[in-house]
Amino acid sequence: MSNLIPVHPLEKRWIYVVLGVIALFLGAIFYTALVHQVHPPGAIETIDSATLHLGGEFAEDKLGVRTDADGHLRATLVAARYGFYPREIRVPEGLPITFRIASADVLHGMHVPMTNLDTMVVPGYVSTVTTTFPKPGEYPMLCNEYCGMGHDHMWSKVIVVSRESWKAAAPQTGR
Amino acid sequence: MTDSGFKKLVLSHFWVAFGAFGVASVLGLYQVVERSGLIPALQSPKVYFASVSTHGVLMAYVLTTFFVMGFGYLVAVSSLKTPLWNPKLAWVGFGVSAFGTALAAIPLLTGRGSVLYTFYPPLQASALLYIGAALLVIGSWFWCVIMLVMYGQWKKGHPGETVPLPMFANTANAILWLWTSAGVALEVVFQLIPWSLGLMDTVDVGLARTLFAWTLHPIVYFWLIPAYIALYSFVPQAAGGKLFSHELGRVAFIMLLILSLPIGFHHLYMDPQQGKGFKLAHGVGTFLVALPTLITGFTISASLEKAGRQAGGTGLFGWIGTLPWRDPMVLAAILAFGMLIAGGFGGIVNASYAMNAMIHNTAWVPGHFHLIFAGTTVILYMAIAYYVWPSLTGRTLVSRTLPVIQLWTWFIGMTILTTPWHILGLLGQPRRISSVVYNSVLTLAWTPYELAMIVGGAILLGSALLFLYILWKSQTAGAPEANAEIRYAGYEEPETPVPVLLNDFKLWNRIILALMLVNFGYPIAQFFFTKTFGSIGWGY
Repeated sequence: MSNLIPVHPLEKRWIYVVLGVIALFLGAIFYTALVHQVHPPGAIETIDSATLHLGGEFAEDKLGVRTDADGHLRATLVAARYGFYPREIRVPEGLPITFRIASADVLHGMHVPMTNLDTMVVPGYVSTVTTTFPKPGEYPMLCNEYCGMGHDHMWSKVIVVSRESWKAAAPQTGR
Repeated sequence: MTDSGFKKLVLSHFWVAFGAFGVASVLGLYQVVERSGLIPALQSPKVYFASVSTHGVLMAYVLTTFFVMGFGYLVAVSSLKTPLWNPKLAWVGFGVSAFGTALAAIPLLTGRGSVLYTFYPPLQASALLYIGAALLVIGSWFWCVIMLVMYGQWKKGHPGETVPLPMFANTANAILWLWTSAGVALEVVFQLIPWSLGLMDTVDVGLARTLFAWTLHPIVYFWLIPAYIALYSFVPQAAGGKLFSHELGRVAFIMLLILSLPIGFHHLYMDPQQGKGFKLAHGVGTFLVALPTLITGFTISASLEKAGRQAGGTGLFGWIGTLPWRDPMVLAAILAFGMLIAGGFGGIVNASYAMNAMIHNTAWVPGHFHLIFAGTTVILYMAIAYYVWPSLTGRTLVSRTLPVIQLWTWFIGMTILTTPWHILGLLGQPRRISSVVYNSVLTLAWTPYELAMIVGGAILLGSALLFLYILWKSQTAGAPEANAEIRYAGYEEPETPVPVLLNDFKLWNRIILALMLVNFGYPIAQFFFTKTFGSIGWGY
C-alpha cells in the first residue's frame, strides 16, 4: 500500500501496532481453540422437532442425566415453552458433562449464569455442548432467547453436588 | 442546494427519521421502567414485547434508513456540486419506504408483530410486518441506484479526477447496502412472507438465521458510515484544521465495505446449525474489521491534535483543552470516541469465538450495541443535523447553548444506561425478559442496576425531546440565513490524484463476491443438500 499512496510514518507505526494487537487476540483465540479445544457449539445435527415426543433420544423417559457406557456423563434435555425438561437436574462438580438439548417448539437459549454453559436451541437442530462445573451449588438455567409471552418464566434448576456426594448416591439412570 | 424542492426531499427524510427516533425514545424509557418492576401496575409482557419490537424497528430500520438516504442525497449534491439526478425517483423511493413503515406499524402497534426486530421464526407475526419491512428496504434500493448513477456520471464528466471523499464514502455505503440487504431480503421474500401467508407450511429456521446473519453485521456499518463521513469531512474543519489523510480515509472505507460483509457468523457462535470452522473464519474477519475503525480513530485524532495545537495547545494533552468544545460537531466527535472506545472493548468479548458464551444473549449485548449505535452513531447523526439544518431550512439554530447541553445529556444518559446494563450481563441477566421472576438468589444482585438504568433512560428521553425541540424551533422560528452552505474539510497533504483503486469499486466488488462465496456459499448451500426439518409457525 505504501508504494501506491504516501503513508505518513506515524500512520505506518500505528497500523503496525493495531495489526500486532489484532494478531495477539487472534493468536489467543486460535491457541485456546486448537490446543485446548475450547469451541462454541458446532456439530451440525438435524432432528424433527415436531416428533421429539414420539420416541428416540428426546422421548420423555430418556431425559435427564445418565452415565454412558464409557463413563462419560450426559444430560439430555428438551427445551419447550416454558422450561427446560427435566425442570431440575443434579450433576457433579469437576467432571465433564455433555448436554444434548433440542427444542420442541420455537427458538430458545440455554444459559447457566456464572458458568460457560450457553447455547442456542434452534428447532430442527440438536445443540451439543460440554462443560465442567467447578463449584457446587444451585444454579438457575435461564432461557435467554425471546420465545413468547411466558419467556420470563422459562427457567430450570441445575444442582451441582460435590464429587463425594455424587459418588455416594446411587448411579443415576434417567430422572 | 438552492433548489427548494430538493431541500424538501431531504427534510422529509430527516423528519421521518427523527420522528421515529422520538417515538422510540419514549418507548425506551417505558421499557427500563417496566423491566425494573418498580411500578407493578405497569407489568405486562404483551405491552413490553410489542414495545421492544417497535423500539427496535423504529431505531434500527426507520431512523437509520431514512437518515442515511436523506444525508446521502445531501452529500451527493453538495460534494459533487451537481443537482440531484432524477428527483422523482427519489420521491418514489421515499414513498415506498414510508408506505412500508406505515404497513409494518399496524401489526407492531396492535401486538401482532411482537417478534422483535430480528423476526425470530418460527414465531410468526402478521404478514404485514414482513411485507412492510420488505418495502422499507426496497424503497432504499432506489436511493442506492441514484447514488451509483450520480457517482458514475460525475466520474464520466471528470476523467482523471478524484471523487471527493464524502461522496466516495457515500457510494461505498450504497454498494454496501445492496450487498447487505440481500440476505434479509432473501429471508423475508422467500421464507417469511410465503410462510406467514400460508403458502408454505414450514420454515427452515437454520437457513433463516443464516440469511439474517448475512445482513446483521454489515447493516451496522450502513448505519455508521454517515457518522464516519462526518468524522472525516466535517469534524476537522469544525475544529479549525484539516483532514490528516484523505487517502487513508479511502482505504478505511474500502476496508469497511469489504471486511464487514463476510463475518456475520459472530451472531451465530452459539447456534447449532453452523460448524466450528466457518464460525472461526468469520471470527477472524470480525477482528480484522477493527482495523479501519482504528485507522479512523488515528486519522481523526491526528486531525484534532493538529487543530488544537494551531489554536495554541501545548504539551502532551494541552491541545485537547484548546479544541472548540462548544462546537456541536467537535463535541459530538469527542463524546462519540469516548463511547466507541468503551463499546469497542466490550465488542472484543462478543467477537471472541469461545468467550462469547459468557455474555451471549445476556444484558451485556444490548449494553454494548446501545453504546456503539445509540451512542457513537446517533450522537453524530445529531451533530450532522445541527450542521446541515441552516442550509436546509434557511434559518439559523435558535440557540448555540442548547445543542451543547443536548449532546452532553445524551452522552451522560447513555453512560448511566449502558454501564449497569453491561454489569447485569456479567451477572447473568438475559437480555430480553420483561420482568424478573426467577426464584433464585442470583437475581437479588440485579435490582440496583435496573433502577440505575431508569435514570439513564429518563435523561436520554429528555435529551431526545430537546433535540427534536431545537430542530423544530429552528426550522419555524430561527433567524433567516440565506447563505448557509455545507462545506467539507480540506486535506493536510497536497491533493494529488489517488491511485485508481482508491477511486473505483469494480475490483472491490469482485473481492466481496469471492469472500461471500467462501464464507457463505457452503453454509447456505448445506440447507439444500442435507435433510433438514422445517418448523410450523407459532404464536406468542
